[in-house]
Amino acid sequence: MPTPLVVSEVSKSFTMHLRDGIRLPVVSDVAFSVASGECVVLGGPSGIGKSSLLKMIYGNYAVDTGQILIRHDGRIVDLAATDPRTVLNVRRHTLGYVSQFLRTVPRVAAIDVVAEPLMARGEEAGTAREKAGALLARLNLPEALWQLPPATFSGGEQQRVNIARGFITEHTILLLDEPTASLDARNRAVVVSMIAEKKKAGVALLGIFHDEEVREAVADRILDVQQFSPRKITA
Amino acid sequence: MSDIPLLKVHDVSKFYGNRIGCRDVSFELWPGEVLAIVGESGSGKTTLLNCLSTRLLPSTGSVEYHMRDGSYRDLYRMNEAERRFLMRTDWGFVHQNPADGLRMTVSAGANVGERLMAIGNRHYGKIRASAIDWLERVEIDADRIDDQPRAFSGGMRQRLQIARNLVTGPRLVFMDEPTGGLDVSVQARLLDLVRGLVNDLGLSAIIVTHDLAVARLLSHRMMVMKDGYVIEHGLTDRVLDDPREPYTQLLVSSILQV
Repeated sequence: MPTPLVVSEVSKSFTMHLRDGIRLPVVSDVAFSVASGECVVLGGPSGIGKSSLLKMIYGNYAVDTGQILIRHDGRIVDLAATDPRTVLNVRRHTLGYVSQFLRTVPRVAAIDVVAEPLMARGEEAGTAREKAGALLARLNLPEALWQLPPATFSGGEQQRVNIARGFITEHTILLLDEPTASLDARNRAVVVSMIAEKKKAGVALLGIFHDEEVREAVADRILDVQQFSPRKITA
Repeated sequence: MSDIPLLKVHDVSKFYGNRIGCRDVSFELWPGEVLAIVGESGSGKTTLLNCLSTRLLPSTGSVEYHMRDGSYRDLYRMNEAERRFLMRTDWGFVHQNPADGLRMTVSAGANVGERLMAIGNRHYGKIRASAIDWLERVEIDADRIDDQPRAFSGGMRQRLQIARNLVTGPRLVFMDEPTGGLDVSVQARLLDLVRGLVNDLGLSAIIVTHDLAVARLLSHRMMVMKDGYVIEHGLTDRVLDDPREPYTQLLVSSILQV
């Protein structure tokens, strides 16, 4: 079985046209892969390009050169070169992403926010909501909140909705951008065990975790992003 | 996911005398896909929308539509009757000003029912039942069915216009600034409604808007227009998070944060 995620010779810079066209290099010659059942954690100081790297893999950022190869539906797709429609299809079925912040849609209840990715894959609404409820319960989100739109929730509550939404599907690749940043110890432990289950199920995980304890618990390997940065510390 | 585009647009241009309305626009729209066309006033987005929806004859180019019978037809080689039939059945057009898309002096129920009658429905009870069903889907109380849209608020009128368009089960809906002119709480409700309907019905839609937040929420793909040209085109997330063109960067950086 081919590797689920291979990143090869990827470079990225931003050209700021409103700032006299200055070029800000972000990363260059990024090369790594994530195996099935493995959790790779991106390491390095703030601002080194960890989140940018996740956004490139998810398709929110374009790359200047290189390939992002994803095993999708029995074939390999180069996400860096494919059309928007294929990117969306890969996201629906293969590639999941838990962002740092929940982008809330007005008026949609938390439980439906969580159930949505399953329904997008064709799951029946009742079953999807049931699974969503089970996940929210596991993440200790009070049942009284399930029917409310998450816009008014606290940071930690929103993050748990976001995690549930990312973990509900059986995506084979999961990108995690600091999913535990605003959680208390009890809920951090829940997320750690959820990640362990994903690994057991053969999911390839790539994440950013600033919390050392969580990182220790989930990481199979730490990938230092500094080696790809133009701001490499030479000393 | 179907592998056949619903709409194939080739090199569509529209000139007003020497002035460019829109220039050399080509793209394909797929079933279930929502495309946002963004840009400032005068960038050509409404001209393009009108050229695509047969409301305005382009100067050059072709627009092919995948008919229900499986064939592709060039919209501008159809006769007027065929185009009108398409507009009434397989397509919807939601105007910025609901008064342009509704008949203001007939009842809400008749506004919805009229499109059903246009495709041959004659049974009064069934027409009324589906009018009630659609009013409820767009969150208008069924007891308002006999009121005229003149007596509705702006947000209600816009929802009624949407119901009128969707009652025939169209496959493609064009929307011109559907949330323009509505206050924000009404806008949020409408966006949520449109988003739900598009998902549930598997509609394709082309939405013209100058509001990037609306585009982010509703669209899969985005085209940015300036001076009649499409200057940037891609996945909505990508265009908004990593804009490449100077003008797109200016647009994105001009969004007010709350």
